[in-house]
Amino acid sequence: MARRGGREMDAFERTFTLLVPSSTGNLAMIRDFVASVGVKAGFEENEVARITLAVDEACANVIEHAYSRDEKGQVTIRATLDDEDLAFEIMDNGRGFEPLRVSEDDVAELIRRRKPGGLGMRLIRAVMDDVKYQITPGEMNGLRMVKHIRRG
Amino acid sequence: MSQPFQIEISERDGARILSISGYLDAHTAPAFESAIENELKSGKVRLVVDCAGLTYISSAGLGVFMSFLEEIREKGGDIKLASIGPKAFQILDVLGFPRLFDIVETVEEAAGRFGPPGGARDGCL
Repeated sequence: MARRGGREMDAFERTFTLLVPSSTGNLAMIRDFVASVGVKAGFEENEVARITLAVDEACANVIEHAYSRDEKGQVTIRATLDDEDLAFEIMDNGRGFEPLRVSEDDVAELIRRRKPGGLGMRLIRAVMDDVKYQITPGEMNGLRMVKHIRRG
Repeated sequence: MSQPFQIEISERDGARILSISGYLDAHTAPAFESAIENELKSGKVRLVVDCAGLTYISSAGLGVFMSFLEEIREKGGDIKLASIGPKAFQILDVLGFPRLFDIVETVEEAAGRFGPPGGARDGCL
C-alpha cells in the first residue's frame, strides 16, 4: 500500500469506497460511482460501460439473492486502482450464495424454459478478467472482480 | 444523473410500439414487465420495443425480453427490438440475442415485418 510521501518505488494504489442500502433504487448511484472510477483509471468509454455493467450485475445479485430484496442490508463497493488493475470488491452481510455456480445452459434454452436467471454472472465473466468469490459464513461475502489496465 | 425509465405506447401498422427510454435495470425492469403483461392480457402479441431512448440495459432488462419471447411466439406474435444503440447492442451480443431475437434498424421496418394484421397494414412502406 503506497503512503502519501512514502518511498517512490511503492506501487501506485488508490481505493474508493461506496456504501449503500441494499435497494435496487441505488443501482443507478452505484453505476455512476463505477463509471467515475473507470474514467479515472483511463478506460475508454465502451470499456467503462462494460465494467459498470459487471458491477451493476454483481450488486443486483447481492440485493436479490443475499438480501432477498430486504432494504435494511448494506452493500459495499470498494474499488482499488493501481498501475496494472482496476479491482472491484462487492461485499455484503447477507445470506451467502455461490454466484459462480450458475446454470451453463445457453440463452436459447433459458428462453425455452422461460427462466432468465444466471445472465448476470455470464455478463460479469464476459467483461472482467478475473472473478473470485469468498464466503466467510455469518460474517461477510465478497465478490472480487479484476479488470487489467492495458496501456500503450 | 441518469434518466429515469419511461414507457410510451403507440400503434403502427397493427403493431404495438413500446418506446422505452432511460435505464432498464433491476429497479425498472418490473415496470417494463407489467407493460408487456398488459399487452398480452389485452391480446396484443405484435410488439415492437423502440430502444432509441434506452441509455442502459442490464440482465434484469434482458430477462424481461427473454421471459416473454416463447409465449408471444406461441400466440403467433413476436417481440422485435428496434433502434437499439451500439452500447446496448454490445450487451445483447454477448448473450447471443441477435440469433434469437429479431433486431431491426427502425420501428417502421420492425412494424412492417409482421404479416397483414387482418387488413390493417398500410402497405405504403
